[in-house]
Order: sequence, then C-alpha cells, then structure tokens
Amino acid sequence: MTANTQEQEQELDLTRACEIAEEEVGSQGPVIRVLQRVQAEYGYIPPDFLPEMAEILEVPLARIFGALTFYSQFYTEPRGKYVVKVCVGTACHVQGSKNILDRLKETLEVDAGETTPDMMFTLEPVACIGSCGLAPLCLINTETAAHMTPAGMVEKVNAIQERESAPVAEES
Amino acid sequence: MAEETKSSGAAVLDAPAPESEGTPSVMPKRYVPWPEGADKPRIWIGMGTCGTAAGAEALKEEIEAWLQEHELEADISPVGCVGMCHNEPLVDIQVKGRPRVSYKKVSSKNLAQILKEHLVDGAASKRAAFGQLVNPDESQEPYEGIPNFHEEPFFKDQVKIVMQRCGVIDYRSIDDYIATGGYQGLKKAVTLTSDQIIDEVKKSGLRGRGGAGFPTWMKWKFARDAEGDDKYIVCNADEGDPGAFMDRAVLEGDPHSLLEGMIIGGLTIGARHGYIYCRAEYPLAIKILNNAIAQAQEKGFLGENILGSGYSLDISIKEGAGAYVCGEEMALLNSIMGERGMPMIKPPFPATRGVWGKPTNINNVETFANIAEIVKNGGDWYAYWGSETTKGTKTFALTGKVKRPGLVEVPAGTTIRSLVEEIGGGMVLKKVGFKAAQFGGPSGGCLPAEFMETGIDYESLNAGGAIMGSGGVVVMDEYNCMVDTARFFMEFTVDESCGKCTPCRDGTALMLQILERITHGEGQLEDMEKLDQISGFTKANSLCGLGQVAPNPVLTTLRYFRDEMEEHIVEKKCRAHSCDELIEYVVVEDSCTTCGLCKPPCPTDALEWEKKQVAFINHETCIRCKACVMACPFMAIK
Repeated sequence: MTANTQEQEQELDLTRACEIAEEEVGSQGPVIRVLQRVQAEYGYIPPDFLPEMAEILEVPLARIFGALTFYSQFYTEPRGKYVVKVCVGTACHVQGSKNILDRLKETLEVDAGETTPDMMFTLEPVACIGSCGLAPLCLINTETAAHMTPAGMVEKVNAIQERESAPVAEES
Repeated sequence: MAEETKSSGAAVLDAPAPESEGTPSVMPKRYVPWPEGADKPRIWIGMGTCGTAAGAEALKEEIEAWLQEHELEADISPVGCVGMCHNEPLVDIQVKGRPRVSYKKVSSKNLAQILKEHLVDGAASKRAAFGQLVNPDESQEPYEGIPNFHEEPFFKDQVKIVMQRCGVIDYRSIDDYIATGGYQGLKKAVTLTSDQIIDEVKKSGLRGRGGAGFPTWMKWKFARDAEGDDKYIVCNADEGDPGAFMDRAVLEGDPHSLLEGMIIGGLTIGARHGYIYCRAEYPLAIKILNNAIAQAQEKGFLGENILGSGYSLDISIKEGAGAYVCGEEMALLNSIMGERGMPMIKPPFPATRGVWGKPTNINNVETFANIAEIVKNGGDWYAYWGSETTKGTKTFALTGKVKRPGLVEVPAGTTIRSLVEEIGGGMVLKKVGFKAAQFGGPSGGCLPAEFMETGIDYESLNAGGAIMGSGGVVVMDEYNCMVDTARFFMEFTVDESCGKCTPCRDGTALMLQILERITHGEGQLEDMEKLDQISGFTKANSLCGLGQVAPNPVLTTLRYFRDEMEEHIVEKKCRAHSCDELIEYVVVEDSCTTCGLCKPPCPTDALEWEKKQVAFINHETCIRCKACVMACPFMAIK
C-alpha cells in the first residue's frame, strides 16, 4: 500500500542505524534493543538495514528477522503521518469498538494495519491501552480520544484531512 | 470483611500490626502530611495514563493560567490513578488547616468556579466535590456538607494495600513515599535473615498475583537455595491482558512500592541484578519508573551496599515490543535476552536456570507491591484479610457495563455481587440485566448470574471454569453475545499464540474457525461437540500457560451459555443482537415513544423518523451498526 516506499528507500541513509548497532556491540542480548532504537530514530525498521545489523552484531540474520517479525511493535514499512489506533481490548470491544474500526476502514479506505496511499493515515487496531474506564478509546498519534463513537472518530479524521489539504499545510 | 476504621495511632502511616493471632487488623488510609512550614495551597491532578486521556494535561495548564490571573500560588503535583476511572479527570485541592478535597469530572466548564470557591472563598465547591480526606493526625477543620472520601460507596468496601498510595502521593516524589511509611519494610528486612523474611511471606499466605497463584515464599526459597552467586530478580510488568490495568496503576502511581518489594526479594534470594520487564504500551510508566530508580539509588535504597547492609543490587528496565506471550515467564526471559519471546519446556525452572542461564526469580508487579507491607507489619497481619485459601487483597480492573468502572482493591473472598453492585454501582442500563462477569482476560471465563454470591478467590474461580488471571473483570449485559465473546477472545489468542507448539497454534485456530462459522450463522450442531474436543486437547497438550488456558472462554460458554450457542446454530438468531449476520433490527411500536433520539446516530439514514411518528428501519440500507439500539433509552429497537 505504500506507493512511495521505493523512492524513500533509495534515499534512505543507514549511517545512524549502523552507528546504533555499533554502540550496542558487546552488550548482553542486543537484538531487541537495536531494533527499538533504530525504530525510534527512523519510525520503522528499514529492511535493508538487517543484513548490516547482522554483520555488525555478528548475529545470524535469521535470528534478527525472527525477533523482528515476532513482536507486533516493529514495523518494516514507513507509517502514516497520523497513526490512528483503535483499542480493541475486551472493555472497548464490549462497548462497541468494532463499529469504530469498521467505520474508519470505510472512511480511510484501508484495511486494519494499512497506510493510506498518501502516507497520511495508518489504521491500527491495538489490544488494550490500559484505560478501560474510558472505553471505547482511540488514539491519534499520542492524543487520546475517550468514550468514542464511530461518528466522532470520522469527524476527527475528517478534520485532520481538511487541515492537511489546506493550501498552507505545513511540512514536517 | 474488614470494616475500615480510621487510623488512631499518632504516626498516621504505620499500620498497627496485630500482637497476636485474631487481633482485628486495620489498614489505615494514607494521607500526605502537610509539609512543615508550607503555606501555599496544594493541588493534585490525576495524571496517570487514564487521567491524561481524560484531559488532565489541558486542565493543568488551565489551573496554572487561573492561578496566574488571580495572582495566587499553589504547589501542583501529578498523582497516579486512584481507581475512579468513571470520575476522571480528578483534581484534589488542599489549603492549610483544612482537609484535602477531591473534585470529580473537572472540566474547563467548572474549573474556575471550583478554584474560586476553594481558594478565594474558603469553602469547598459542593457541586463538584467527590469527598474530603480528613487526616486524623493533623488538626483539620472539615468542610460542611462534603462527604467523607472513604465512606463513599465506591471506596467503602475496599481495603487498599497495594494501591494505598496510588492517586494520593506525587508519583515523582520519593519523599512523599517515605513520608507515607515507605522503605520501612526494607529497613526492617536488612535486619532479618532470609529465612525470617521467607517465613513472614509464608505466614502471609501471599500467592503470585500474576494469575497462577503459586505461593511466593516457595518461589523465593527455590531461588535462594539455587546454586550460584550470580542471581537475578525479575519483575513481570508485561500486563498484556486486555481489560487489565492494575499493574499500570502501581507502576505509575506508586513506583517505589514495587522497587521496595523487589529489593527485599533480591535481598532474600541473594540477587545481584534486577530487571523490570515492562510492556512498551506503557510509556508513562517506564518514564516514572526510571525516575524512581534514580531516586532510590540516590537515597541508598538501591545500588551498592544498601542501607549499610553490605548487600548490593542494581535494577534496570527492559522494554517489551508487543507480544502477549511475553507475560509467560519463560517467554519473558527469552525476550529480556533479546530473542523471540517463546516459552520453553520446564524444567529447568527459572529458579535454577533463568536469565543468562542464572538462577532467577520472577514475580508480578502486584506481588512485589505487597511485600513491603508484609515485611513491615508481619505475615499474620496480611493473612487477616482474604478467604480460606487466598489471603490478603486483590486488585481488580472492573470494566464493561457497570456504572462505576475503575480499579478496585478488595479482600479476596469478596462476592461478585459486592464488586458489581456495591462498588461498581450496578449496571449501566437499568433495564438491561447482568449477564456475565468475565474473569481473567483471554484465558479466563464468563461466569453467569448464578455465581453472584461466590466469593472471589483462586479456587472458586477455577471451580467455575474461569481463572483469577491478573484481575480483569469485564461485566457484560444482555447486549453482549456470549458466542461472540468467546470468538473475540479466541481471535486474540490466535493472534498472540507464538506458534511454537501445535496444540496451541492449530487448536486455537480451529476453534476460531468454528466460532466464526457459528457467529456467521453457518454453524452445525456437531460444532459444539468439536469445540469441546479441541478444547480438551489444547488444554492438555499445550506447552505453556497461554495454550493451557486458552480454551477457557469456549468451555465456559459451552457450560453456561449452551442454549445461546444452540440458538445461533439452530434458529440462526443472536439474542444479544451482536452477530451482524444474524440480526435484523425492528422498532417495537408499543415501546417507541416517538422521541427521535435514534435518528441522529444512524450513519446511513436507514432509520426513518418524523415527529410524532414511530421510527422505521429500512433493512436495505441498515448496516446493523447498532447505533440506534444504543441510543434508544426505551429499548424499543430489537
């Protein structure tokens, strides 16, 4: 779903990622830490980095790939400017979070876990953010929206779309 | 149940330990003592994850702006979660010589009024006040007409040991922790032998609060007796159960109580290093913990030669990366070591072969948070509370369709009715009755109304087919479909099964297939038999706890809600109107009051309504989103 992945990969500079890996050489069990730090830096883990990482840490590539794909919080593709998270934990589920997710899929025309072609929104169901008293709960990046309804979320997303498509939209 | 009484001792914060067995013990309430020489009013804002989600951040700015505008000064502190999720955001205000007053549901609308009444007029704002906390050890002039905080129905039956400071003390302040009796357990522990500590923990009857309920003293003894000098103590803060957030409350609201418990545990087993494995979904908790660790080191409670005892321990935080199975102890250890979080065959147990192959002891956050009080007050003191087999208190995350969702701590053995009706305030929708309480997250089970009078402890829940788990309680009403609930949990387990062993990987996937078929109206009667068979097989043959308990939601549904499942299969009907493909909404003419409340929420305009006309649903355009059903206060849409 990411139309400009190719373009981005071409110009991606892996120097910083390699530096991070170098820094962790010799520390105990470095794989997850390196992945976490690289992701914090790049927003995702560039697949091209993995062979380099294996070489620097002297860890088999398969093991790194194993850890990377095991954990749900590692991403191998760039994500949207706005990550819309819909909590689908038990408390939110019984309060109707599925309806919110369904409406957002329709509105954004993406499936769960996907990013819109314009790299603006990533829709992500998450299992429990731990604020069950405020169910159903959604997150747009770090901003929380408590006691949400499908219509309420669509409104929020539309507001962002409008703001972003305004002629003076700032580039971050 | 222990009736709460006011603490009467001079030192507010020391719980009186019973001299002999049978002495009624008392868990005093925690109050932050008024700082000596301070004149400025104090303001506490509930700024845990849930408070922040409810808008506490903006509220703090507004309070600051208001103070500036009125040329007033106040000490503003963030506090964690006191448990009243239903009343967020919470703001507490105290002026010198008066009790601290807790205000509920504070918003920009009533904030200025509250601040003016409290700080300028010298009265408490009655409309917004939840209650006042009158500290019996300071001479405070109570406010008239404001209820006592601890006498409110939500708190009346609670006994707070683990959560005593959550939402009360500034979570950034080690001084607040010490001023409220903190680190006294550790001070006592360094004077005891490891046998004495283990003995106290044994007397307390404390069992693993992560869910399995293994006696803590025994775990500690195994780890202490294990050979090798290089030992590890690990805290499992990978609270992954959806619907559970009690550990988060402790991590955010009272991080030092966890550290103190861990240090005592480390001292007992002789660990040199400690890890707190915290899920990455709790960024605030990680930040607060890091701060607490640095403070404890500075004060000499952590690091080299702790309190001059010659014992040294360092603690670091390992951040998870999003894998539910990492709450399983062997998987957690693998994840700490930077690998895929896969469980392993036991033995060897972590007590002999854990992190980096060294003897390791792993306990859950809540277990550790109990330790300091147990060591300080003695095991008998703790064992006063609870049921025959489960001692002490247990925190529960009470959510779902109750009026007052939140975090509660009650003595083990408290009935489900007391939890749901007295503390939780009953069901949200008066006319829609209680259907089931779901205990123990995705590996737990749904207990129907006939269990209302059951006292909650490890054994009673197991007997009912549920488990204690970490303590999530999701209350469901007639609008919740039990087949869909079982499907929901199975979907979660399928996602989170690590895939290492076949019974769990394939068993859960097969069960999900069958459950999906049933909720789509394509079920067959023999499906129930199949579910039963696969459940038994998965339970008996899975490698780790995750698979062994994964069929529980299916089994309890088969056991208590068999008729509902049959209805899905035979009549192709979902009585809860939850399974999309099995419903067709209609307006019941006799019940419709023609109010029109159902029209605005309809996203597809399938709901047709005109003034003074009974509403009508167009089945062609209806997407069965249920928005109208939820909006109708008269239950006229079925």
